Amino acid sequence: MEVLRIATAGSVDDGKSTLIGRLLYETNSITTDRLEAIHKASQRKGIDFVDLSLLTDGLIAEREQGITIDVAHIYFQTPKRKFIIADSPGHVEYTRNMITGASHAEVSVILVDARLGILDQTHRHYYIAHLLRIPNVIVCVNKMDLIGYEEEKFRAIEKQFTEFANQIKAADQRIQFIPISSLYGENITKRSEKINWYKGHALLEVLESLDASPKESTAKSRFPVQYIIRPRTEEFHDFRGYAGRVASGRFVEGDSVTILPSMRTSTIDKIYQYNQVIAQADTRQSVVITLKDDVDVSRGDMIVKTGEEPEQKKELDADICWLNNEPMKGTKTYLMQTGTSLTKAKIASVEYVKIPSTLEQLPATALKMNEIARVKIKTAKGIASDAYKENPSNGSFILIDEYSNNTVAVGFLN
Amino acid sequence: MSSNKKEFPRALEDEAIYILREAAAQFERPAILFSGGKDSITLVRLAQKAFYPGKIPFPLLHVDTAHNFPETIEFRDWLVAKTGVDLVVGYVQDDIDAKRVAEEKGKFASRNTLQTVTLLRMIEEQKFDACIGGARRDEEKARAKERIFSVRDEFGQWDAKNQRPELFEFLNGRIKPGENVRVFPISNWTELDVWNYIKEEELDIPSIYFTHERDVIIRDGVLWPISDFIYRDADEEIIKKKVRFRTVGDMSCTAALASEADTLETIIDEIISATLSERGTRLDDKRAEAAMEIRKVSGYF
Ligand SMILES: Nc1nc2c(ncn2[C@@H]2O[C@H](COP(=O)(O)OP(=O)(O)O)[C@@H](O)[C@H]2O)c(=O)[nH]1
Repeated sequence: MEVLRIATAGSVDDGKSTLIGRLLYETNSITTDRLEAIHKASQRKGIDFVDLSLLTDGLIAEREQGITIDVAHIYFQTPKRKFIIADSPGHVEYTRNMITGASHAEVSVILVDARLGILDQTHRHYYIAHLLRIPNVIVCVNKMDLIGYEEEKFRAIEKQFTEFANQIKAADQRIQFIPISSLYGENITKRSEKINWYKGHALLEVLESLDASPKESTAKSRFPVQYIIRPRTEEFHDFRGYAGRVASGRFVEGDSVTILPSMRTSTIDKIYQYNQVIAQADTRQSVVITLKDDVDVSRGDMIVKTGEEPEQKKELDADICWLNNEPMKGTKTYLMQTGTSLTKAKIASVEYVKIPSTLEQLPATALKMNEIARVKIKTAKGIASDAYKENPSNGSFILIDEYSNNTVAVGFLN
Repeated sequence: MSSNKKEFPRALEDEAIYILREAAAQFERPAILFSGGKDSITLVRLAQKAFYPGKIPFPLLHVDTAHNFPETIEFRDWLVAKTGVDLVVGYVQDDIDAKRVAEEKGKFASRNTLQTVTLLRMIEEQKFDACIGGARRDEEKARAKERIFSVRDEFGQWDAKNQRPELFEFLNGRIKPGENVRVFPISNWTELDVWNYIKEEELDIPSIYFTHERDVIIRDGVLWPISDFIYRDADEEIIKKKVRFRTVGDMSCTAALASEADTLETIIDEIISATLSERGTRLDDKRAEAAMEIRKVSGYF
């Protein structure tokens, strides 16, 4: 069974919580005691119907303020797939949460209120889907009931969105539009009869049939070493295995491989998945690799197929989003993590800050929380990375503040 | 019901193994929080897989309330003997005797909240810098916001509004002395995923998960198992019923489920058609709408 990860974005009151509640409700994912609890909570709030949005707002502060602050994870399953929704808040001050939620997603669902049309926030939501190169974007035009299910308004929104997206859209990203009403369940799990001019599929049908294979599976082979396994038992006396998860590509028994950064070469002896020896390991599989030669390999090293070695660079171009309260300081040294490898790094210069809603580029020297910028980075050690657009898994990184230990930025290498 | 709902999504296993290896690599002394329940049994299996042919590089930590189902303790000792993993036990009774905590009183008294103090004491005594738990985000709505590496301060507290962002596969476990990280490898699993996994992996589980006859009382429509640890009003009648347990917590706060399910297959069927959520049989969460969040903030898993 496949897992599809979805990120949802929308402005407050666009109906995101209602939409998710509706998906859970119509796929029988809500148990009666939860429904009952929500029923009670709805009554306490003086609402005469079951407010499905109460299913998702988890934290006390959120319930008090009636808004979503953090990323919440929601699970449901149909006979076709298992779905994981990362639901994050839509305000500008939560850009970092949106990026966090979207960083695991294969699909971005963007909500637009049919009455209000495209807002600044919609641009920002799309910009994030673009920055993260999420392969599929579904724009749900919600509250169609409030505009009489009228096609013209829907088409106008579709056109306006497309015009904005076309300025930056990557060729391999797919954008689809669906007119919906979350409150009445139109086009959510089955095709709406009220919106008969729409010839496409309902949201759930689209989610069930999207191509979910990661871009990494066709990228060059990368295996960041996580942990060294040395049992030193009688049976496995000289066993030395490299445990990790295939970041991209595929490794096959007998492959010639190069270890980075040392550039030593060897051959794959065996690939273990628990106590089974398997012939090949595909993208995202957690395995243990043994090599024919006794080369020195430790955590942070990367095993790649010989002939597919990435260049090791100490000067990098990247887009970053600043995630921390404390602004970026150009003079400060951060820890940069790519794969399982850590190195000291400095932001040598900020080329510009990008305003997602207008795509403007403004000059800047410092960065505040939630800002997205193009920067140049200098590192102490050479980084064996790929361009994010070709290999997200080996083209993304985080910056860690050595003193607070916080993750302060996320980046995408060019 | 479609048979596809009975297939375990293998991507979740790869993810959990990745997380366990990150924990082993980033921390000096992690421990697996072991309750004897199905989630912690699943963790032990995943750890075996993550480090094979090496041995599991961390001990199991059991916080013993002394209000356990005897079947759970029996099972725990059997699993420890079978896998050769180390076991560390922290006794809630020790904290009660030392007057660090006071026993709750009354009809709904439970040692569940007292566990937190014992857990924090064990972390300090044993110098654990990471505790690996079997909590899942689908269990409860405060848990839905939990990170995979969740940093706790010196007092074990969870600061929900100030969590480290977790992006892509990066798990940042850097901490200061005294701080501690809770690690949740099966965050993205649902109850059904756990059961399907147990079935596909042919894992042994304590017998109380299967149907058996037991003395219970019915209180507010909920079946409470009779034990020395539960308070009973004189007018509450004891009846015999065929029940099983959906979670194995403390005997004082774990309700039974009327059920005939006697195999993993029938348990899975029951869950697919279930109308009661898993934590719905846990009295501790019914106390208040935000019960779990309040307990997490104060250092509970
Ligand atoms: N008429 C109508 N109202 C909707 C629809 N979807 C959501 N709403 C209402 O819009 C309001 C905000 O919805 P909510 O789901 O809380 O929005 P969120 O802030 O995006 O999560 C609530 O009063 C909903 O009942 C819809 O499709 N039609």
